[in-house]
Amino acid sequence: MTKRHNRNFLGPAGTSLSRGEFWTLTIAGFTLFFAIWSGVAASGWLPPNLLPSPLVVWDTLARLWHQPFAGHVYAEHQLASIRRFLMGWAIAVGIGIPLGLLMGWYRILDEIVTPLFDAIRFVAPLAWVPLAALWFGTGIGGPLLIIFVGSFAPCVISAYRGARLVETRFVEAAQTLGASSRQIMAHVLIPGALPSIIAGLRVSAGLGWQSLVGSELIVVGAGLGYLMVQGQGNLNTSVVIAGMIGIGVVGFAIDVALRAVERAFNRKWGQA
Amino acid sequence: MGAGLSEIVFEGVTRRFSLPKGGEFLAIDHIDLRVEEKEFVAIVGPSGCGKTTLMRMAAGLDFPTEGRVLVGGAEVRGPGPERAVVFQQFALLPWKTVRENIGFGLMCKATPKAEADAAIAHYVSLMGLSGHEDSFPHQLSGGMQQRVAIARAYVMQPAALLMDEPFGALDAQTRIVMQEELVRLARRNPRTVIFITHAVDEAIYLADRVVVMGRKPGRIIETIDIRPLRAAGTWEALPIEEVMDTPDFTHMRSRIWKLLKAREQERPASP
Repeated sequence: MTKRHNRNFLGPAGTSLSRGEFWTLTIAGFTLFFAIWSGVAASGWLPPNLLPSPLVVWDTLARLWHQPFAGHVYAEHQLASIRRFLMGWAIAVGIGIPLGLLMGWYRILDEIVTPLFDAIRFVAPLAWVPLAALWFGTGIGGPLLIIFVGSFAPCVISAYRGARLVETRFVEAAQTLGASSRQIMAHVLIPGALPSIIAGLRVSAGLGWQSLVGSELIVVGAGLGYLMVQGQGNLNTSVVIAGMIGIGVVGFAIDVALRAVERAFNRKWGQA
Repeated sequence: MGAGLSEIVFEGVTRRFSLPKGGEFLAIDHIDLRVEEKEFVAIVGPSGCGKTTLMRMAAGLDFPTEGRVLVGGAEVRGPGPERAVVFQQFALLPWKTVRENIGFGLMCKATPKAEADAAIAHYVSLMGLSGHEDSFPHQLSGGMQQRVAIARAYVMQPAALLMDEPFGALDAQTRIVMQEELVRLARRNPRTVIFITHAVDEAIYLADRVVVMGRKPGRIIETIDIRPLRAAGTWEALPIEEVMDTPDFTHMRSRIWKLLKAREQERPASP
């Protein structure tokens, strides 16, 4: 967790880039990407209805912004997705973090839950779609279950690992000072596990957001995934790509926000 | 006369650890030791002699395989704030300030705020920590961190203080300063103390009695009363480096070294 944001590129390991160099390279990367995309689209290699040029996608985005597609304008689809994600993620965090902490503290719970958990977590969130649809239908419940499944595991694992990695001497020191189990949980295990938990929140938000499209395959109504499925149905590739861009942008924004939280946290307590 | 409130008694204490590959390791072999009320006992010995295990059993962080550990006449069943521990690696909570660390035990027993604040302020100034109340441990030097750990133990007004090589992680200069301060604190505020160390000098300088231990298995080789020596000399009036140069002191030091060495030599070479 220490120097993850120091990106080392071609230079010898240890050379890090200045802010200016970093942005230059980032912009260069995007420019190259769009140039290749435009080039391939213009070459006529693929028919334009399968690979629209970036400009066409831009136009589509602008149009979707005003004109409802699949029942809603773009921002409404985005909001629907964000709301759905936040609910599913909040449930995963609310159940996963406490469960992980308890597993780190109570050996018995660890022994019971871990094997079960190890077996279930290899079933990809997308593989839950049929079951979610059968159990909770395609309204609010089904999609939530899929987002929950996507983000639950990293919540449990990060809290569990964080609690386990809290040094024994801290727990023992608290015990010798007369701390009860509850006080040890509140003043030793939770703050000790916090760096790991915050890292886990980032990972789980990322995975939860990625599961979103899967969840929206079974949604009737609104959402970026729904928009894309409808675009596919209408053979409208630029709508599909516009949806993908929205997913990327929002996912990136979520990650940036959580990184800021992580940094603020590290600044406060140092790397003790 | 009944057992003192904070007298610590080890009665035929044996501790075996089972090894991961099977078999057992005999860490402590039938130890009998009585630490009187308000007595300062230092335990010296090589690493692996079980001295830390002995202290952990008094703290209630470990338990004998055979025998009993009694504090104030009652068998130890777990850790408790009446037996404060100072750990070698300080074990301050990194996410709490100096003030919060010192006040942690008081908070746990819900001491009224005004009373807790006064007690914390008292030990902050006594341990020379003024101005650092709101610092986090990682902002302090090792010596300062250990002062916080000692303040955190003393503020509980514990009946017994258990210290596990508290100065082991400090540099030589800081160590000497801390030894003098601990003596000052111990004379002013006497407690029953078990002080674990592998530094013979430190043991003689600080303790009323020095318990010399050998290893494999961990046993008491000899218990030496330092009080007559201290009473005869003028230790209190001298700085620590001069005390350690007096003939009495150097004589005692070589006597203990001989005990430790003889024990290591008679020990069979095989593990």
